Amino acid sequence: MLQLLWLNPVLPLFGFAALVLFGRRISNTAVAWISAGTVALSAVAAAAVGIKFIITGRESWYSQTLWTWFKIGDFSPGISFYLDALSVVMMLVVSFVGLLIIIYSTAFMAGDGGYSRFFAYMNLFIASMLILVLADNLLFLYLGWEGVGLCSYLLIGFWYKDYTNARAAIKAFLVTRIGDTAMAVGLFLLFASFGTLNINSLAQQISNQPSGSFLMNLAAILLLAGAIGKSAQVPLQVWLPDAMAGPTPVSALIHAATMVTAGVYLIARTNFIFIHAPDVLKAVAIIGAVTLLLGGFSALVQRDIKRVLAYSTISQIGYMFLALGVGAWPAAIFHFMVHAFFKSELFLCAGVVITAVKGEHDIFKMGGLHRKLPMLFWAFLIGCASLSALPLVTAGFYSKDLILLEVWESQSGGIFLWSAGLIGALLTSLYSFRMFFIVFLGRSNSHVEYRPNFRISIVLTILAFLSIAGGFIKLPFEMATTTHTGSEFNGAAAGITSLAGIVIAYLLFAKKRFKLTSKYSIAIHDLCYADWGFDRIYQNAFVRPYIWLANADKDDFIDTIYDWLEAAGKACSRALSFSVNGNLRWYAAGVTIGSIILIAVVILL
Amino acid sequence: MMASIPLEYGLGLAAVLFSLGLIGVLVRRNIVFILLSIEVMLNACGLAFVAAGSHLKQPDGQVMYFFILTMAAAEVAVGLALVMQMYHKFNTLDTNSANRMRG
Repeated sequence: MLQLLWLNPVLPLFGFAALVLFGRRISNTAVAWISAGTVALSAVAAAAVGIKFIITGRESWYSQTLWTWFKIGDFSPGISFYLDALSVVMMLVVSFVGLLIIIYSTAFMAGDGGYSRFFAYMNLFIASMLILVLADNLLFLYLGWEGVGLCSYLLIGFWYKDYTNARAAIKAFLVTRIGDTAMAVGLFLLFASFGTLNINSLAQQISNQPSGSFLMNLAAILLLAGAIGKSAQVPLQVWLPDAMAGPTPVSALIHAATMVTAGVYLIARTNFIFIHAPDVLKAVAIIGAVTLLLGGFSALVQRDIKRVLAYSTISQIGYMFLALGVGAWPAAIFHFMVHAFFKSELFLCAGVVITAVKGEHDIFKMGGLHRKLPMLFWAFLIGCASLSALPLVTAGFYSKDLILLEVWESQSGGIFLWSAGLIGALLTSLYSFRMFFIVFLGRSNSHVEYRPNFRISIVLTILAFLSIAGGFIKLPFEMATTTHTGSEFNGAAAGITSLAGIVIAYLLFAKKRFKLTSKYSIAIHDLCYADWGFDRIYQNAFVRPYIWLANADKDDFIDTIYDWLEAAGKACSRALSFSVNGNLRWYAAGVTIGSIILIAVVILL
Repeated sequence: MMASIPLEYGLGLAAVLFSLGLIGVLVRRNIVFILLSIEVMLNACGLAFVAAGSHLKQPDGQVMYFFILTMAAAEVAVGLALVMQMYHKFNTLDTNSANRMRG
């Protein structure tokens, strides 16, 4: 059964190839069947492999080598897949959430001109992510890593005819590239030091290394930079809000199943390096805490429904980083899984809401949708409840509670990180229910005729169910089985914070809209709204100087060589176009003169 | 046996005819006259072959002339069809006006 593992990433890839080759010539229905069909079969393979793996043993691992990628000296990375407790969870979540999003998209994208192109990209996206999580060496992982980067570029800029979308795509690509480059350098460093990129052999060799050595710290920092770029953490989080330019299912896929969680996965996968670099690990926790606070504050003031969700993702990934930073890998992956359920639920709901109000993104122009879209009301409520970690009933509560508990108990955690997490929890429930109350309660401002069709409803129902029940799934890790001291206190604190956030949101936003009046509060609001000025700083510190430099360097010595080449080409072209003028008598004269010259040459020589 | 005309006379006439034809091709703008001039040039070539054949006492020159004749007939058939098409399309027989290139 485990031999079916290779089908999991290969089937979506096959679907991608089929769509690229024949996508234009077949009907949209066929496109949908190919895309959803290959991903569904891949998910079935994932389920079969996953169940078999979980039954047979939790501590074991399974590796499958298809062939050797290439061989240079001692370096021979394989096209090989590696399954352990971590990757089995990632594989299942990516396959199934990806499948649900694809099914949703078949209905949601109906009528779009680029239907087959969209599904080709989506298939490639899922295939790349599966390669990323299943790779058994870091080079193969890097292939998937770049694959998801490419697909995010293609999908964010899917409606490329609008310049702002293309710009957002380029921004996402360039910002993540900073991290990718650092990660590539990290891989070079690891290979230079240990002579292998195979994850298992690396782990064995590194276990003998002294903790906190310069090499380990450097490697961990470089990998962390890659993870920060992909996972949109401070200071490289600027691309994610702009990535909302893509179609909504793409946002769901980027935020829930693929792309942004790659960084979390990378750190969890290479945790053996980070354990040997405790200072960097502490930095991971601090970055996570800072990001979850900044993201939470920014989400609180956004007007665009998708941007609220984008900042919410940044903030939630911050939680995962916080958990990673205190060494609680299972808690981070648990939160990743739960987050995948409720965030895809929220994004897919947001897609329906936006369609229902005819492309309006501003939450203040929606309002009162609960009567018109009752099914969506419940789905969105469940998503928001899970996001704000409503105690006891939602999955989000269990994962977030676990993270807070781990932070509380860990030696590197401490009271500051814990309170950051708690404040973040308050912010989370505040912004999610602000959005919920403004969109669904209050006066109705818009005319709604649209009803989600059957496929969309069923996907939303499944995801709503998972957002509730996901908390009771026991991961195939050795979950926190040791008795935690103070877990009741911690749970109570998290629960009360979450409820308090909802109550405050109700008081501020449900009945009458709360307005900022004082000058300082408006200044703070603007600062949060503009993502704490990161975009402006980068614009002034890097983009503008670079453009200035490029402009200044436009006419240097090397360019003049090319200018000459260009001038020579132009002159030749002019001479040739002078002779080819379409005048019949010119041609006859040319033939005559040519013949005369030839004859003269023959006679005279 | 007839008094034979010297070879130089025949070839000289052919050269004069050929030059006249060539000048016609180069200076005329009407496509029909250009075709006519080409016919003159072909016949000049034929005359040169016949003159050379009679000088060398070989039938090859006259055989060659038949080839040229056949070829010329075919050329005229195609050429006139093209002229018809040209007139149909451009409403003129002037080669300069029919030029659609902007070189």
